Amino acid sequence: MSPIEQTPMQRDHATTIFQKGAAGRRAFVCPDVDVPAVDVAALLPERFRRSQPPRLPEVSEPEIVRHYVGISKRNFDLDSGFYPLGSCTMKHNPRLHERVAALPGHARLHPLQDPERAQGALELMWNLQGALSEISGLPHVSLQPSAGSHGELAGVLLTRAYHEDRGGRLGIGQPHKVLTPDTAHGTNPATVTMAGFEVVKVATNPDGGVDVEDLRAKADGDVACLMLTNPNTLGLFDPNIAEIAEIVHGVGATLYYDGANLNAVMGISRPGDMGFDIVHFNLHKSFTQPHGGGGPGSGPIAVSERIAPFLPVPVVVARDDGTFDLDHERPKSIGRLRGFHGNYGCFVRSYAYICSLGGDGLKDASEAAVLNANYLLARLKEHGVAEYLPLAYGDLCMHEFVLSGGPMKRELQIKTLDLAKRLLDFGFHPPTVYFPLLVEEALMVEPTETETKETLDAFAAAIAAILREAAADPTLAQDAPYSTPVRRLDEVAAAKNPMIREVLA
Amino acid sequence: MLATIGVGSLQEIFERQIPEAVRLGRELDLPAGLGEQDVYEHLRALAARNTSAEDELSFLGAGMYDHYVPALIDMLMERSEFLTPYTPYQPEISQGGLQVMFEYQTAISELTALPVSNASVYEGPSAVAAAGYLASLHNGGRRFVVSAGLHPHSIQTLRTNAHGYGAEVIEVPLRDGVTDPDAWAAAIDADTSAAIFAQPNFYGAVEDAAALSAAAKAGVGAGPVVIAQVDPITLGILVPPGECGVDVAVGEGQALGNRLDFGGPSFGLFAAREEYLRRMPGRIAGETIDVDGRRGFVLTLQTREQHIRREKATSNICTAQALNALAGVVYLSWLGRRGIVELGELLLARTHYARELLTGLEGVEQLHEQPVIREFALRLDGDVAAIRRRCAQQGVNPGVDVHALSGREQDRGVLLVAITERRTRKDIDRLVGVLGAALAAERDAAASSKVSVPA
Repeated sequence: MSPIEQTPMQRDHATTIFQKGAAGRRAFVCPDVDVPAVDVAALLPERFRRSQPPRLPEVSEPEIVRHYVGISKRNFDLDSGFYPLGSCTMKHNPRLHERVAALPGHARLHPLQDPERAQGALELMWNLQGALSEISGLPHVSLQPSAGSHGELAGVLLTRAYHEDRGGRLGIGQPHKVLTPDTAHGTNPATVTMAGFEVVKVATNPDGGVDVEDLRAKADGDVACLMLTNPNTLGLFDPNIAEIAEIVHGVGATLYYDGANLNAVMGISRPGDMGFDIVHFNLHKSFTQPHGGGGPGSGPIAVSERIAPFLPVPVVVARDDGTFDLDHERPKSIGRLRGFHGNYGCFVRSYAYICSLGGDGLKDASEAAVLNANYLLARLKEHGVAEYLPLAYGDLCMHEFVLSGGPMKRELQIKTLDLAKRLLDFGFHPPTVYFPLLVEEALMVEPTETETKETLDAFAAAIAAILREAAADPTLAQDAPYSTPVRRLDEVAAAKNPMIREVLA
Repeated sequence: MLATIGVGSLQEIFERQIPEAVRLGRELDLPAGLGEQDVYEHLRALAARNTSAEDELSFLGAGMYDHYVPALIDMLMERSEFLTPYTPYQPEISQGGLQVMFEYQTAISELTALPVSNASVYEGPSAVAAAGYLASLHNGGRRFVVSAGLHPHSIQTLRTNAHGYGAEVIEVPLRDGVTDPDAWAAAIDADTSAAIFAQPNFYGAVEDAAALSAAAKAGVGAGPVVIAQVDPITLGILVPPGECGVDVAVGEGQALGNRLDFGGPSFGLFAAREEYLRRMPGRIAGETIDVDGRRGFVLTLQTREQHIRREKATSNICTAQALNALAGVVYLSWLGRRGIVELGELLLARTHYARELLTGLEGVEQLHEQPVIREFALRLDGDVAAIRRRCAQQGVNPGVDVHALSGREQDRGVLLVAITERRTRKDIDRLVGVLGAALAAERDAAASSKVSVPA
């Protein structure tokens, strides 16, 4: 593929909804005021009234539809092509889930409906909790957190409550540090700070796992928790997990499992059996909740017996008579993390997924995810690729792997960013780039189980082609992309002089 | 595929990586998988056991409301191009989503009259907690003063979060249905990080937001960050937070084109004055140009965020509520400049009508006489739970039992009634009839139980 002339989409100047329409145009037809007319001034004193209406768009329904359908086409999406974004688990989103979530009994159910008249919803939540408990190997579940990082915050606050319950307020000589590996997702250290703990980094060993000696040296009475992803962000299962758990528990700390990579081990290995006390799930990764271009997600947590008293309220409980209820009376609870009960619409979708697959199917999914990752890795170890993009750590991988673009940068003069941008011209969403931080020019690839061998082959061929092309002319990748609705964007200028809303007349 | 990998079996891949001691040596104990039609049937049967706003005449509110969601929103939210991408990390192929964020930010800035908005946070109460965290980063304070008129879930969520970083939450009581101005002024001191109230408040009353903001800033020094939790549907007719001294406006976005969904997903709006831009949580889309000079959009100011700044980030939020925020901006475009005012005035008129008729019933008093827009609190003479059960038998859900939600002793007997454009005059008349009959039946039952008690 070579540079091309402007595409039709590139010729279209981006115009926002605020720049469209005309005075007086509208879509909404307000119902008639069917009650006796009121004097607005009498009901709402002038000092409380808005003097000028907000300058919202004035557009017709056809204009709205055409505008948003038009700009939607300027998005790449999972239904259109391969999306091997590492740590994001971009697996197929079955349309059945949208259909069942839209049933009025779910979609128009008010969160403050009396529990006895929301039994279907509470049973669904109870069943989902049970499934997540079985998958994680931990007995108690709260569905409340809104996304992965919200689940992390819940987990670290639970850790705080657990330690406070044992020894009063935290301070010097009390647990106040949380250990995170240097391969951790950025959400881990950010969460630790928000929960009032101090972050201490643990080093990675030459095999890509936790440096056990470094952990041993740092694990003392000051440590409240170790947050770990397993398989980790290098796509490697830490073989020392039992020893790690022993060290952490030996100093009285909790072991937290970042569930971003759960898709590698469903039905194969369980965090609870590895010794973890707290796990968060990403329903928008492992359990097919569509990502929506940046949410909604859902981040339930599962915990061990010793953490259970501190779970957020309310908790879904099953009564002896076979009915379900919400329990707010939990004296040791950390409290609430948000309004109502969590992202129920996501629960419906993920529960439908678990019902579709069953226990065997979930295991099959993880096995296929790991098979696909290893197959794609093997294809990228072939001649013409591996010299430039070697595997950073290990030999085999779990559900994802991390290549280093260091040799490519030195020998072909193209950076990982250039490779990623050139992949756009080949019709692929690039892998995650420049993460984890300890790998030079990192390229993190997660194909998921729902891709075919043909797709993986085509992706490997595209990588090889870009590298061949770069050997002849590195500027092709350096200036890419060419075919996308816009080309490389000036992010520095955007940050220097932020323009974050339309200037309205 | 196995030959290419160089292993003899799939099992070998796992056996070479996962120690046997932590391998699950059995199948997961979950029901067998089902075909699509059977899953549909199961989920349909569960849905049928819920009484939704489709099945009864519902006046439930208290944070989420049964507004009509136009059909075009369902269509746009189900488009693959909006439904299935990840967060827009590759802007060249994510211009659609980024432009939606930019338009959403513009709409929220317009609604709130505050110059900067992020691209959404999770939902209302956690947005209040996020605003509190922003305040503590801004001024280092560890003390939050909150009005008791803030939604109980917001107060509880703020407490949960504040406990983590060692901040305290002090509650100021209401007087005549609104934040007690004397207690508010007295509670705010030089160490107060943020002063937080709701507009309208949890009991439906319109607060004097300008007076609360001014009182909060009246002391020496910079004063606390003034935070208001707003209901966006009221901002067509209610003076916006940016025009009454508020520094940060947050709120539950569900009323803007999102379903009830038993409480989520929806979105949290988050807007602020310019000086807080670099401490905002979450994604922000910004305008820029590409190498050829074309207008485009990117995620900007990312040095605030967890993936860049790690433990020094202004928030840990990663995945937010982009699809729900899309519904929000499409809804606001659908309502339009005039529609949001007309809708506000319709709600005002119907709410007034309902309040007048209901307070005319025997055994009903209004909790306060303050102006209300779309929701109001009543005090019932009788057991609210029993009265609500009687109404439910007639297919009417008269509103929220406030004591059951807040747990506050003074909320016993309080019913919170919400009106949307879906609740017509006829519906309100029916509520009046059914609630009146339920109150009368409760009175009769109480009287007869007294009579039947043996002397």
